[in-house]
Amino acid sequence: MAKEKKAIIETIPRSMRDAETHYCAGCGHGIVHRLVCEVVDELGIRDKTIAVAPVGCAVLAYDYWDFDVTEAAHGRTPAVATGIKRVRPNNIVFTYQGDGDLAAIGTAEIIHAANRGENITVIFVNNGVYGMTGGQMAPTTLAGQKTATTLSGRNLRREGYPIKILEMLAVLPGVKYLERVSVHSAQDVLRAKRAIKKSFKTQVDNKGFSMIEVLSMCPTYWGLTPIQSVDRIKGEMSNYYPIGVVKSY
Amino acid sequence: MAGKKILMCGNDACGEGAVMAGCTFYAGYPITPQNELTAYMAKRMVEINGTFIQAESETAAINMVFGAAVAGARAMTSSSSPGVSLKQEGISYLAACELPCVIVNIQRGGPGLGNIAPAQGDYFQSVKGGGHGDYKVIVLAPSSVQELLEHTFTAFNLADKYRNPALILGDGLLGQMMEPVELEGRRQILKVEKPWTLTGCKGRAPNVIKSLLLGDGALEEHNKKLQAKYNTIKATEVRAQSFNIADSDLILVAYGSVARTAKAAMSKARAKGLKVGLVRPITLWPFPAKLLEEAAGRTKKFLVVEMSAGQMVEDVMLSVKGKAEVDFYGRMGGGIPTEEEIMEKIEALI
Repeated sequence: MAKEKKAIIETIPRSMRDAETHYCAGCGHGIVHRLVCEVVDELGIRDKTIAVAPVGCAVLAYDYWDFDVTEAAHGRTPAVATGIKRVRPNNIVFTYQGDGDLAAIGTAEIIHAANRGENITVIFVNNGVYGMTGGQMAPTTLAGQKTATTLSGRNLRREGYPIKILEMLAVLPGVKYLERVSVHSAQDVLRAKRAIKKSFKTQVDNKGFSMIEVLSMCPTYWGLTPIQSVDRIKGEMSNYYPIGVVKSY
Repeated sequence: MAGKKILMCGNDACGEGAVMAGCTFYAGYPITPQNELTAYMAKRMVEINGTFIQAESETAAINMVFGAAVAGARAMTSSSSPGVSLKQEGISYLAACELPCVIVNIQRGGPGLGNIAPAQGDYFQSVKGGGHGDYKVIVLAPSSVQELLEHTFTAFNLADKYRNPALILGDGLLGQMMEPVELEGRRQILKVEKPWTLTGCKGRAPNVIKSLLLGDGALEEHNKKLQAKYNTIKATEVRAQSFNIADSDLILVAYGSVARTAKAAMSKARAKGLKVGLVRPITLWPFPAKLLEEAAGRTKKFLVVEMSAGQMVEDVMLSVKGKAEVDFYGRMGGGIPTEEEIMEKIEALI
Protein backbone atom coordinates (compact mmCIF):
# COMPACT_ATOMS: atom_id res chain seq x y z
CA MET A 1 0.00 0.00 0.00
CA ALA A 2 2.72 2.43 1.07
CA LYS A 3 4.75 1.52 -1.99
CA GLU A 4 1.81 2.10 -4.29
CA LYS A 5 1.19 5.58 -2.84
CA LYS A 6 4.82 6.52 -3.28
CA ALA A 7 4.71 5.45 -6.91
CA ILE A 8 1.74 7.74 -7.61
CA ILE A 9 3.35 10.72 -5.92
CA GLU A 10 6.54 10.19 -7.88
CA THR A 11 4.63 10.57 -11.09
CA ILE A 12 3.05 13.92 -10.22
CA PRO A 13 4.17 16.31 -12.98
CA ARG A 14 6.46 19.16 -11.94
CA SER A 15 3.78 21.62 -13.08
CA MET A 16 1.13 20.07 -10.83
CA ARG A 17 0.77 20.90 -7.17
CA ASP A 18 0.59 18.02 -4.73
CA ALA A 19 -3.02 18.79 -3.78
CA GLU A 20 -6.28 16.93 -3.53
CA THR A 21 -8.74 18.38 -6.06
CA HIS A 22 -12.30 19.45 -5.23
CA TYR A 23 -13.71 17.58 -8.22
CA CYS A 24 -16.46 14.99 -7.84
CA ALA A 25 -15.75 11.27 -8.20
CA GLY A 26 -15.56 10.34 -11.87
CA CYS A 27 -15.13 13.93 -13.11
CA GLY A 28 -12.77 14.40 -16.05
CA HIS A 29 -11.26 17.75 -15.01
CA GLY A 30 -8.51 16.14 -12.89
CA ILE A 31 -7.34 14.11 -15.88
CA VAL A 32 -7.32 17.14 -18.19
CA HIS A 33 -5.48 19.25 -15.59
CA ARG A 34 -2.81 16.59 -15.38
CA LEU A 35 -2.49 16.21 -19.14
CA VAL A 36 -1.91 19.94 -19.49
CA CYS A 37 0.79 19.77 -16.79
CA GLU A 38 2.51 16.78 -18.41
CA VAL A 39 2.59 18.61 -21.74
CA VAL A 40 3.90 21.83 -20.15
CA ASP A 41 6.68 19.79 -18.51
CA GLU A 42 7.55 17.86 -21.64
CA LEU A 43 7.80 21.03 -23.71
CA GLY A 44 9.91 22.65 -20.97
CA ILE A 45 7.69 25.75 -20.88
CA ARG A 46 6.58 25.81 -17.21
CA ASP A 47 8.53 28.98 -16.40
CA LYS A 48 6.96 30.91 -19.25
CA THR A 49 3.42 29.56 -19.12
CA ILE A 50 0.52 31.82 -18.13
CA ALA A 51 -2.90 30.22 -17.73
CA VAL A 52 -6.30 31.88 -17.70
CA ALA A 53 -8.78 30.01 -15.50
CA PRO A 54 -12.50 30.23 -16.21
CA VAL A 55 -15.57 30.74 -14.09
CA GLY A 56 -17.07 27.34 -13.49
CA CYS A 57 -15.88 24.08 -11.93
CA ALA A 58 -12.27 24.71 -13.01
CA VAL A 59 -12.01 28.18 -11.44
CA LEU A 60 -9.79 26.73 -8.71
CA ALA A 61 -7.28 25.38 -11.25
CA TYR A 62 -4.61 27.65 -9.75
CA ASP A 63 -4.76 25.48 -6.63
CA TYR A 64 -3.59 22.54 -8.76
CA TRP A 65 -1.30 24.11 -11.35
CA ASP A 66 2.16 25.19 -10.32
CA PHE A 67 2.68 28.03 -12.78
CA ASP A 68 1.31 31.58 -13.24
CA VAL A 69 -2.50 31.70 -13.40
CA THR A 70 -5.09 34.45 -13.54
CA GLU A 71 -8.84 34.26 -13.19
CA ALA A 72 -11.10 35.89 -15.75
CA ALA A 73 -14.71 37.02 -15.60
CA HIS A 74 -17.19 34.46 -16.92
CA GLY A 75 -16.60 33.94 -20.65
CA ARG A 76 -14.08 36.78 -20.96
CA THR A 77 -11.25 34.24 -20.76
CA PRO A 78 -10.05 34.59 -24.41
CA ALA A 79 -10.13 38.42 -24.14
CA VAL A 80 -7.93 38.27 -21.03
CA ALA A 81 -5.61 35.79 -22.78
CA THR A 82 -5.45 38.16 -25.77
CA GLY A 83 -4.32 41.03 -23.52
CA ILE A 84 -1.64 38.89 -21.87
CA LYS A 85 -0.31 37.36 -25.10
CA ARG A 86 -0.11 40.70 -26.92
CA VAL A 87 1.88 42.22 -24.06
CA ARG A 88 4.07 39.11 -23.61
CA PRO A 89 4.30 37.36 -27.00
CA ASN A 90 7.20 35.20 -25.77
CA ASN A 91 5.13 33.64 -22.99
CA ILE A 92 2.90 30.62 -23.56
CA VAL A 93 -0.69 31.59 -22.83
CA PHE A 94 -3.61 29.20 -22.62
CA THR A 95 -7.22 29.35 -21.50
CA TYR A 96 -9.02 26.48 -19.81
CA GLN A 97 -12.76 26.82 -20.28
CA GLY A 98 -15.96 24.90 -19.72
CA ASP A 99 -18.96 24.77 -22.01
CA GLY A 100 -20.88 27.52 -20.20
CA ASP A 101 -17.86 29.82 -20.18
CA LEU A 102 -16.84 29.19 -23.79
CA ALA A 103 -20.01 28.25 -25.66
CA ALA A 104 -22.61 30.43 -23.90
CA ILE A 105 -21.59 33.63 -22.11
CA GLY A 106 -18.22 33.81 -23.87
CA THR A 107 -19.26 32.96 -27.41
CA ALA A 108 -18.30 36.37 -28.80
CA GLU A 109 -14.89 36.32 -27.10
CA ILE A 110 -13.92 32.85 -28.38
CA ILE A 111 -15.07 33.52 -31.94
CA HIS A 112 -13.21 36.81 -32.19
CA ALA A 113 -10.02 35.59 -30.49
CA ALA A 114 -10.05 32.70 -32.99
CA ASN A 115 -10.81 35.00 -35.90
CA ARG A 116 -7.97 37.35 -34.97
CA GLY A 117 -5.76 34.28 -35.05
CA GLU A 118 -4.48 34.99 -31.55
CA ASN A 119 -1.48 32.78 -30.96
CA ILE A 120 -2.98 31.10 -27.89
CA THR A 121 -4.05 27.61 -26.85
CA VAL A 122 -7.61 26.90 -25.73
CA ILE A 123 -8.52 23.82 -23.71
CA PHE A 124 -12.29 23.48 -23.91
CA VAL A 125 -13.76 20.94 -21.52
CA ASN A 126 -17.19 19.88 -22.74
CA ASN A 127 -19.29 17.89 -20.29
CA GLY A 128 -22.60 19.18 -21.60
CA VAL A 129 -23.79 20.70 -18.35
CA TYR A 130 -23.21 23.56 -15.88
CA GLY A 131 -21.46 21.86 -12.99
CA MET A 132 -20.57 24.64 -10.55
CA THR A 133 -24.08 26.08 -10.42
CA GLY A 134 -25.97 22.83 -10.03
CA GLY A 135 -26.43 21.04 -13.33
CA GLN A 136 -28.30 23.45 -15.58
CA MET A 137 -28.55 23.07 -19.36
CA ALA A 138 -25.42 24.09 -21.30
CA PRO A 139 -25.34 25.06 -24.99
CA THR A 140 -23.70 21.65 -25.50
CA THR A 141 -26.36 19.65 -23.60
CA LEU A 142 -27.56 16.81 -25.83
CA ALA A 143 -31.13 16.49 -27.10
CA GLY A 144 -33.30 14.82 -24.51
CA GLN A 145 -30.74 15.27 -21.72
CA LYS A 146 -32.33 16.02 -18.36
CA THR A 147 -30.82 18.93 -16.45
CA ALA A 148 -31.89 21.28 -13.65
CA THR A 149 -33.41 23.59 -16.27
CA THR A 150 -34.64 20.96 -18.78
CA LEU A 151 -36.55 18.74 -16.40
CA SER A 152 -38.12 16.59 -19.09
CA GLY A 153 -35.02 16.61 -21.27
CA ARG A 154 -33.64 19.17 -23.74
CA ASN A 155 -36.35 19.86 -26.28
CA LEU A 156 -34.79 20.94 -29.57
CA ARG A 157 -37.81 22.98 -30.61
CA ARG A 158 -37.80 24.85 -27.33
CA GLU A 159 -34.10 25.01 -26.40
CA GLY A 160 -32.39 24.73 -29.77
CA TYR A 161 -29.59 22.42 -30.81
CA PRO A 162 -26.37 21.44 -29.03
CA ILE A 163 -23.59 23.69 -30.37
CA LYS A 164 -20.61 22.20 -32.18
CA ILE A 165 -18.09 24.94 -31.49
CA LEU A 166 -15.11 23.35 -33.26
CA GLU A 167 -17.04 22.93 -36.48
CA MET A 168 -18.13 26.58 -36.23
CA LEU A 169 -14.58 27.82 -35.71
CA ALA A 170 -13.15 25.63 -38.47
CA VAL A 171 -14.30 28.05 -41.18
CA LEU A 172 -12.18 30.88 -39.77
CA PRO A 173 -8.85 31.33 -41.58
CA GLY A 174 -7.14 32.50 -38.37
CA VAL A 175 -7.71 29.09 -36.79
CA LYS A 176 -4.84 26.64 -37.35
CA TYR A 177 -5.60 23.52 -35.38
CA LEU A 178 -8.78 22.03 -33.89
CA GLU A 179 -9.23 18.55 -32.48
CA ARG A 180 -11.91 16.86 -30.40
CA VAL A 181 -10.75 14.27 -27.91
CA SER A 182 -12.13 12.54 -24.84
CA VAL A 183 -10.90 11.27 -21.49
CA HIS A 184 -13.29 8.34 -21.07
CA SER A 185 -10.73 5.59 -21.76
CA ALA A 186 -6.99 5.06 -21.38
CA GLN A 187 -6.58 5.11 -25.14
CA ASP A 188 -8.54 8.34 -25.43
CA VAL A 189 -6.55 9.94 -22.60
CA LEU A 190 -3.34 9.24 -24.53
CA ARG A 191 -4.86 10.67 -27.69
CA ALA A 192 -6.04 13.72 -25.73
CA LYS A 193 -2.50 14.26 -24.48
CA ARG A 194 -1.09 14.10 -28.01
CA ALA A 195 -3.65 16.69 -29.14
CA ILE A 196 -3.00 19.01 -26.20
CA LYS A 197 0.72 18.75 -26.87
CA LYS A 198 0.25 19.59 -30.53
CA SER A 199 -1.91 22.54 -29.54
CA PHE A 200 0.79 23.96 -27.26
CA LYS A 201 3.41 23.22 -29.91
CA THR A 202 1.30 25.18 -32.41
CA GLN A 203 1.66 28.20 -30.15
CA VAL A 204 5.36 27.60 -29.42
CA ASP A 205 5.94 27.54 -33.20
CA ASN A 206 3.97 30.79 -33.61
CA LYS A 207 1.44 29.20 -35.94
CA GLY A 208 -1.66 30.79 -34.42
CA PHE A 209 -4.90 29.86 -32.73
CA SER A 210 -5.60 26.29 -31.71
CA MET A 211 -8.22 24.65 -29.56
CA ILE A 212 -8.77 21.19 -28.14
CA GLU A 213 -12.29 20.18 -27.14
CA VAL A 214 -12.22 17.48 -24.48
CA LEU A 215 -15.37 15.43 -23.93
CA SER A 216 -15.47 14.90 -20.20
CA MET A 217 -17.59 13.02 -17.66
CA CYS A 218 -19.89 14.70 -15.16
CA PRO A 219 -21.45 11.77 -13.25
CA THR A 220 -22.92 14.11 -10.62
CA TYR A 221 -25.11 16.09 -13.01
CA TRP A 222 -25.65 13.36 -15.55
CA GLY A 223 -27.21 11.32 -12.73
CA LEU A 224 -25.00 8.38 -13.69
CA THR A 225 -22.27 6.34 -12.07
CA PRO A 226 -18.70 7.02 -13.23
CA ILE A 227 -18.78 3.78 -15.27
CA GLN A 228 -22.12 4.70 -16.87
CA SER A 229 -20.70 8.16 -17.62
CA VAL A 230 -17.77 6.65 -19.49
CA ASP A 231 -20.23 4.58 -21.52
CA ARG A 232 -22.29 7.67 -22.28
CA ILE A 233 -19.30 9.41 -23.87
CA LYS A 234 -18.45 6.23 -25.79
CA GLY A 235 -22.03 6.16 -27.03
CA GLU A 236 -24.35 9.13 -27.56
CA MET A 237 -21.93 11.92 -26.71
CA SER A 238 -19.18 11.00 -29.18
CA ASN A 239 -21.87 10.14 -31.72
CA TYR A 240 -23.00 13.77 -31.70
CA TYR A 241 -19.54 15.25 -31.06
CA PRO A 242 -17.27 13.06 -33.23
CA ILE A 243 -13.78 12.50 -31.84
CA GLY A 244 -11.02 13.45 -34.25
CA VAL A 245 -9.16 16.27 -35.97
CA VAL A 246 -11.49 18.99 -37.22
CA LYS A 247 -8.80 21.21 -38.73
CA SER A 248 -5.04 20.94 -38.94
CA TYR A 249 -2.02 22.29 -40.77
CA MET B 1 10.38 78.13 -20.96
CA ALA B 2 6.91 77.97 -22.32
CA GLY B 3 6.70 75.33 -25.04
CA LYS B 4 5.09 75.59 -28.40
CA LYS B 5 1.36 75.11 -28.43
CA ILE B 6 -0.50 73.06 -30.99
CA LEU B 7 -4.21 72.84 -31.68
CA MET B 8 -5.69 69.51 -30.61
CA CYS B 9 -9.12 68.09 -29.91
CA GLY B 10 -9.76 66.75 -26.43
CA ASN B 11 -9.93 63.12 -27.47
CA ASP B 12 -6.55 63.34 -29.21
CA ALA B 13 -4.99 65.13 -26.23
CA CYS B 14 -6.26 62.37 -23.95
CA GLY B 15 -4.58 59.77 -26.17
CA GLU B 16 -1.32 61.75 -26.23
CA GLY B 17 -1.37 62.00 -22.43
CA ALA B 18 -1.63 58.21 -22.31
CA VAL B 19 1.28 57.76 -24.71
CA MET B 20 3.39 60.21 -22.66
CA ALA B 21 2.57 58.16 -19.56
CA GLY B 22 3.98 55.03 -21.15
CA CYS B 23 0.72 53.41 -22.15
CA THR B 24 1.60 50.57 -24.52
CA PHE B 25 -1.75 48.82 -24.75
CA TYR B 26 -5.12 50.12 -25.87
CA ALA B 27 -8.31 48.20 -26.60
CA GLY B 28 -11.54 49.94 -27.50
CA TYR B 29 -14.80 49.80 -29.37
CA PRO B 30 -16.28 52.55 -31.55
CA ILE B 31 -18.81 54.86 -29.90
CA THR B 32 -19.50 58.57 -30.34
CA PRO B 33 -18.37 61.09 -29.05
CA GLN B 34 -15.02 59.44 -28.25
CA ASN B 35 -14.14 57.98 -31.66
CA GLU B 36 -11.20 60.34 -32.26
CA LEU B 37 -9.50 58.83 -29.23
CA THR B 38 -9.76 55.27 -30.56
CA ALA B 39 -8.51 56.44 -33.96
CA TYR B 40 -5.65 58.37 -32.32
CA MET B 41 -4.57 55.29 -30.37
CA ALA B 42 -4.79 53.16 -33.52
CA LYS B 43 -2.20 55.49 -35.05
CA ARG B 44 0.01 56.10 -32.01
CA MET B 45 0.17 52.52 -30.73
CA VAL B 46 1.54 51.42 -34.10
CA GLU B 47 4.08 54.27 -34.05
CA ILE B 48 5.40 53.35 -30.59
CA ASN B 49 5.30 49.60 -31.23
CA GLY B 50 2.54 49.13 -28.68
CA THR B 51 -0.70 47.18 -29.06
CA PHE B 52 -3.97 48.51 -30.45
CA ILE B 53 -6.97 46.21 -30.63
CA GLN B 54 -10.39 47.16 -31.95
CA ALA B 55 -12.29 44.75 -29.74
CA GLU B 56 -15.46 42.86 -30.64
CA SER B 57 -17.29 44.49 -27.74
CA GLU B 58 -16.87 46.86 -24.81
CA THR B 59 -16.73 43.86 -22.47
CA ALA B 60 -13.97 42.27 -24.52
CA ALA B 61 -12.06 45.59 -24.57
CA ILE B 62 -12.06 46.01 -20.79
CA ASN B 63 -11.08 42.36 -20.34
CA MET B 64 -8.21 42.73 -22.81
CA VAL B 65 -7.09 45.61 -20.62
CA PHE B 66 -7.43 43.24 -17.65
CA GLY B 67 -5.09 40.81 -19.40
CA ALA B 68 -2.62 43.54 -20.34
CA ALA B 69 -2.59 44.78 -16.72
CA VAL B 70 -2.07 41.21 -15.49
CA ALA B 71 0.96 41.07 -17.80
CA GLY B 72 2.30 44.35 -16.36
CA ALA B 73 1.60 46.85 -19.16
CA ARG B 74 0.23 50.34 -18.72
CA ALA B 75 -3.11 49.80 -20.43
CA MET B 76 -6.14 51.90 -21.34
CA THR B 77 -9.61 51.63 -22.77
CA SER B 78 -12.06 54.38 -23.59
CA SER B 79 -15.71 54.70 -24.39
CA SER B 80 -18.79 56.79 -23.88
CA SER B 81 -21.67 56.31 -21.44
CA PRO B 82 -23.54 53.23 -22.81
CA GLY B 83 -20.21 51.57 -23.54
CA VAL B 84 -18.88 52.30 -20.08
CA SER B 85 -22.00 50.66 -18.62
CA LEU B 86 -20.97 47.51 -20.47
CA LYS B 87 -17.47 47.69 -19.02
CA GLN B 88 -18.65 47.77 -15.41
CA GLU B 89 -18.30 44.02 -14.83
CA GLY B 90 -14.68 44.22 -15.92
CA ILE B 91 -14.01 47.30 -13.79
CA SER B 92 -15.29 45.45 -10.71
CA TYR B 93 -12.89 42.56 -11.44
CA LEU B 94 -10.00 44.97 -12.06
CA ALA B 95 -10.65 46.70 -8.74
CA ALA B 96 -11.08 43.37 -6.93
CA CYS B 97 -7.81 42.01 -8.35
CA GLU B 98 -6.09 45.38 -7.70
CA LEU B 99 -5.03 45.81 -11.30
CA PRO B 100 -3.93 49.27 -12.44
CA CYS B 101 -5.41 50.64 -15.67
CA VAL B 102 -7.02 53.77 -17.06
CA ILE B 103 -10.61 53.97 -18.32
CA VAL B 104 -11.84 57.05 -20.17
CA ASN B 105 -15.53 57.98 -20.28
CA ILE B 106 -16.37 60.79 -22.71
CA GLN B 107 -19.94 61.07 -21.48
CA ARG B 108 -22.99 61.54 -23.70
CA GLY B 109 -26.66 62.09 -22.99
CA GLY B 110 -28.63 59.27 -21.41
CA PRO B 111 -30.29 57.15 -20.18
CA GLY B 112 -30.40 54.36 -22.73
CA LEU B 113 -28.94 55.11 -26.12
CA GLY B 114 -29.66 58.76 -25.36
CA ASN B 115 -27.87 61.08 -27.74
CA ILE B 116 -24.33 62.12 -28.58
CA ALA B 117 -24.43 65.51 -26.86
CA PRO B 118 -22.32 66.29 -23.76
CA ALA B 119 -23.70 65.20 -20.37
CA GLN B 120 -22.64 64.38 -16.83
CA GLY B 121 -25.19 61.70 -16.08
CA ASP B 122 -22.58 59.05 -15.25
CA TYR B 123 -21.37 60.68 -12.03
CA PHE B 124 -23.06 58.12 -9.77
CA GLN B 125 -21.79 55.24 -11.92
CA SER B 126 -18.25 56.63 -11.75
CA VAL B 127 -17.89 57.57 -8.10
CA LYS B 128 -20.28 55.23 -6.30
CA GLY B 129 -19.08 51.99 -7.86
CA GLY B 130 -20.82 51.23 -11.13
CA GLY B 131 -20.29 47.49 -11.00
CA HIS B 132 -21.01 44.98 -8.25
CA GLY B 133 -19.38 44.90 -4.85
CA ASP B 134 -17.64 47.37 -2.54
CA TYR B 135 -14.97 49.06 -4.61
CA LYS B 136 -13.79 52.46 -5.73
CA VAL B 137 -12.04 53.79 -8.79
CA ILE B 138 -10.05 57.02 -8.75
CA VAL B 139 -12.02 59.56 -10.82
CA LEU B 140 -10.43 62.62 -12.41
CA ALA B 141 -12.55 65.29 -14.10
CA PRO B 142 -10.60 67.49 -16.53
CA SER B 143 -12.14 70.75 -17.72
CA SER B 144 -9.96 71.64 -20.70
CA VAL B 145 -8.17 69.94 -23.56
CA GLN B 146 -4.82 70.54 -21.84
CA GLU B 147 -6.19 68.95 -18.68
CA LEU B 148 -7.44 65.93 -20.59
CA LEU B 149 -3.79 65.35 -21.49
CA GLU B 150 -2.41 66.10 -18.02
CA HIS B 151 -5.04 64.17 -16.06
CA THR B 152 -4.73 61.11 -18.28
CA PHE B 153 -0.99 61.18 -17.61
CA THR B 154 -1.64 61.53 -13.87
CA ALA B 155 -4.25 58.77 -13.93
CA PHE B 156 -1.63 56.22 -15.03
CA ASN B 157 0.64 57.22 -12.14
CA LEU B 158 -2.20 57.03 -9.62
CA ALA B 159 -3.36 53.67 -10.98
CA ASP B 160 0.13 52.20 -10.60
CA LYS B 161 0.73 53.86 -7.23
CA TYR B 162 -2.38 52.30 -5.71
CA ARG B 163 -2.82 49.20 -7.91
CA ASN B 164 -6.29 50.48 -8.75
CA PRO B 165 -8.26 51.44 -11.87
CA ALA B 166 -8.41 55.19 -12.52
CA LEU B 167 -11.13 56.80 -14.59
CA ILE B 168 -11.13 59.98 -16.64
CA LEU B 169 -14.63 61.45 -16.61
CA GLY B 170 -14.96 63.85 -19.51
CA ASP B 171 -17.88 64.69 -21.75
CA GLY B 172 -18.62 65.12 -25.44
CA LEU B 173 -17.88 68.84 -25.26
CA LEU B 174 -14.35 68.28 -23.91
CA GLY B 175 -13.69 65.36 -26.21
CA GLN B 176 -14.72 67.15 -29.38
CA MET B 177 -13.55 70.73 -28.89
CA MET B 178 -10.16 71.97 -30.02
CA GLU B 179 -7.86 74.10 -27.88
CA PRO B 180 -4.18 74.99 -27.89
CA VAL B 181 -2.19 72.36 -26.02
CA GLU B 182 1.34 72.53 -24.71
CA LEU B 183 2.93 69.14 -25.22
CA GLU B 184 6.18 69.92 -23.43
CA GLY B 185 6.06 69.85 -19.69
CA ARG B 186 7.74 68.45 -16.63
CA ARG B 187 5.83 65.24 -16.29
CA GLN B 188 7.33 62.28 -14.56
CA ILE B 189 6.32 58.70 -15.00
CA LEU B 190 6.04 57.06 -11.58
CA LYS B 191 8.13 53.91 -11.67
CA VAL B 192 6.50 51.22 -9.58
CA GLU B 193 7.78 47.70 -9.04
CA LYS B 194 5.14 45.13 -10.04
CA PRO B 195 6.27 41.82 -8.55
CA TRP B 196 2.68 40.55 -8.74
CA THR B 197 2.46 40.52 -12.54
CA LEU B 198 2.25 37.29 -14.50
CA THR B 199 5.43 36.93 -16.50
CA GLY B 200 5.93 33.18 -16.25
CA CYS B 201 7.32 31.82 -12.97
CA LYS B 202 11.00 31.72 -13.98
CA GLY B 203 13.13 32.07 -10.87
CA ARG B 204 10.21 32.64 -8.51
CA ALA B 205 7.11 30.98 -7.07
CA PRO B 206 4.05 31.15 -9.34
CA ASN B 207 1.86 34.26 -9.14
CA VAL B 208 -1.92 34.03 -9.05
CA ILE B 209 -4.36 36.85 -9.83
CA LYS B 210 -7.84 36.15 -8.50
CA SER B 211 -10.87 37.67 -6.88
CA LEU B 212 -12.62 34.46 -5.80
CA LEU B 213 -12.02 34.09 -2.08
CA LEU B 214 -14.02 31.23 -0.64
CA GLY B 215 -12.10 30.59 2.60
CA ASP B 216 -13.81 31.42 5.88
CA GLY B 217 -13.56 35.21 6.28
CA ALA B 218 -11.07 35.54 3.42
CA LEU B 219 -13.24 37.84 1.32
CA GLU B 220 -14.07 40.04 4.29
CA GLU B 221 -10.35 40.40 4.98
CA HIS B 222 -9.71 41.28 1.33
CA ASN B 223 -12.46 43.90 1.49
CA LYS B 224 -10.95 45.40 4.64
CA LYS B 225 -7.61 45.65 2.85
CA LEU B 226 -9.28 47.38 -0.11
CA GLN B 227 -11.11 49.80 2.17
CA ALA B 228 -7.86 50.64 3.99
CA LYS B 229 -6.32 51.45 0.60
CA TYR B 230 -9.33 53.60 -0.33
CA ASN B 231 -8.95 55.48 2.96
CA THR B 232 -5.30 56.19 2.13
CA ILE B 233 -6.36 57.50 -1.29
CA LYS B 234 -9.02 59.67 0.35
CA ALA B 235 -6.45 61.13 2.74
CA THR B 236 -3.81 61.70 0.06
CA GLU B 237 -5.19 62.30 -3.39
CA VAL B 238 -8.01 64.85 -3.17
CA ARG B 239 -7.61 67.50 -5.83
CA ALA B 240 -9.77 70.60 -6.23
CA GLN B 241 -9.60 74.25 -7.21
CA SER B 242 -11.32 77.03 -5.35
CA PHE B 243 -11.87 80.66 -6.25
CA ASN B 244 -13.03 83.50 -3.97
CA ILE B 245 -14.34 81.20 -1.27
CA ALA B 246 -13.05 83.34 1.62
CA ASP B 247 -15.64 86.08 1.25
CA SER B 248 -18.57 84.56 -0.62
CA ASP B 249 -22.28 84.68 0.07
CA LEU B 250 -22.74 81.95 -2.49
CA ILE B 251 -20.30 79.29 -3.69
CA LEU B 252 -20.80 77.54 -7.00
CA VAL B 253 -19.78 73.90 -7.22
CA ALA B 254 -19.17 72.41 -10.65
CA TYR B 255 -16.77 69.99 -12.35
CA GLY B 256 -15.54 69.31 -15.86
CA SER B 257 -16.56 71.52 -18.74
CA VAL B 258 -19.42 73.05 -16.72
CA ALA B 259 -16.89 74.35 -14.19
CA ARG B 260 -15.64 76.74 -16.88
CA THR B 261 -19.10 78.13 -17.52
CA ALA B 262 -19.61 78.41 -13.76
CA LYS B 263 -16.31 80.29 -13.44
CA ALA B 264 -17.37 82.74 -16.12
CA ALA B 265 -20.68 83.27 -14.29
CA MET B 266 -18.75 83.84 -11.06
CA SER B 267 -16.62 86.56 -12.69
CA LYS B 268 -19.72 88.24 -14.11
CA ALA B 269 -21.38 88.15 -10.70
CA ARG B 270 -18.28 89.59 -9.01
CA ALA B 271 -18.24 92.39 -11.58
CA LYS B 272 -21.79 93.16 -10.51
CA GLY B 273 -20.68 93.26 -6.88
CA LEU B 274 -22.17 89.89 -5.95
CA LYS B 275 -19.96 87.84 -3.62
CA VAL B 276 -19.79 84.57 -5.50
CA GLY B 277 -17.08 81.90 -5.29
CA LEU B 278 -16.42 78.56 -6.96
CA VAL B 279 -15.25 75.13 -5.86
CA ARG B 280 -14.25 72.85 -8.68
CA PRO B 281 -13.60 69.25 -7.67
CA ILE B 282 -10.85 67.76 -9.86
CA THR B 283 -10.99 64.35 -8.23
CA LEU B 284 -14.64 63.30 -7.99
CA TRP B 285 -13.52 60.30 -5.98
CA PRO B 286 -11.93 60.99 -3.61
CA PHE B 287 -14.31 63.94 -3.22
CA PRO B 288 -13.09 67.26 -1.74
CA ALA B 289 -15.45 66.92 1.22
CA LYS B 290 -13.25 68.75 3.76
CA LEU B 291 -12.78 71.76 1.49
CA LEU B 292 -16.55 72.06 1.08
CA GLU B 293 -17.24 71.57 4.78
CA GLU B 294 -14.77 74.33 5.65
CA ALA B 295 -16.23 76.59 3.00
CA ALA B 296 -19.68 75.93 4.46
CA GLY B 297 -18.59 77.75 7.61
CA ARG B 298 -17.88 80.88 5.59
CA THR B 299 -20.77 81.07 3.17
CA LYS B 300 -24.53 80.98 3.34
CA LYS B 301 -25.34 79.02 0.20
CA PHE B 302 -23.98 76.61 -2.34
CA LEU B 303 -25.23 76.32 -5.90
CA VAL B 304 -24.27 73.05 -7.58
CA VAL B 305 -24.34 73.17 -11.38
CA GLU B 306 -24.29 69.96 -13.40
CA MET B 307 -25.25 68.52 -16.78
CA SER B 308 -27.46 66.02 -15.00
CA ALA B 309 -30.61 65.82 -12.89
CA GLY B 310 -28.41 66.39 -9.85
CA GLN B 311 -25.92 63.75 -8.86
CA MET B 312 -22.81 65.43 -7.42
CA VAL B 313 -25.21 67.64 -5.45
CA GLU B 314 -25.73 64.68 -3.10
CA ASP B 315 -22.01 64.54 -2.28
CA VAL B 316 -21.97 68.30 -1.74
CA MET B 317 -24.86 67.95 0.73
CA LEU B 318 -23.04 65.13 2.55
CA SER B 319 -19.89 67.28 2.71
CA VAL B 320 -21.62 70.46 3.88
CA LYS B 321 -23.42 68.54 6.66
CA GLY B 322 -26.31 70.99 6.84
CA LYS B 323 -24.05 73.96 7.67
CA ALA B 324 -25.26 75.86 4.61
CA GLU B 325 -28.10 75.72 2.11
CA VAL B 326 -27.38 73.64 -1.01
CA ASP B 327 -29.23 74.55 -4.23
CA PHE B 328 -29.01 72.97 -7.62
CA TYR B 329 -29.22 73.94 -11.24
CA GLY B 330 -28.88 71.36 -13.99
CA ARG B 331 -29.70 70.50 -17.56
CA MET B 332 -30.17 66.96 -18.81
CA GLY B 333 -30.08 64.88 -21.98
CA GLY B 334 -27.41 66.95 -23.69
CA GLY B 335 -28.60 70.34 -22.45
CA ILE B 336 -25.74 72.62 -21.41
CA PRO B 337 -26.18 75.21 -18.63
CA THR B 338 -25.31 78.65 -20.00
CA GLU B 339 -23.58 81.51 -18.22
CA GLU B 340 -26.84 83.47 -18.35
CA GLU B 341 -28.86 80.66 -16.82
CA ILE B 342 -26.37 80.26 -13.98
CA MET B 343 -26.32 84.05 -13.49
CA GLU B 344 -30.10 84.13 -13.28
CA LYS B 345 -30.04 81.43 -10.64
CA ILE B 346 -27.31 83.26 -8.67
CA GLU B 347 -29.32 86.45 -8.66
CA ALA B 348 -32.42 84.62 -7.52
CA LEU B 349 -30.51 83.06 -4.62
CA ILE B 350 -28.51 86.05 -3.35
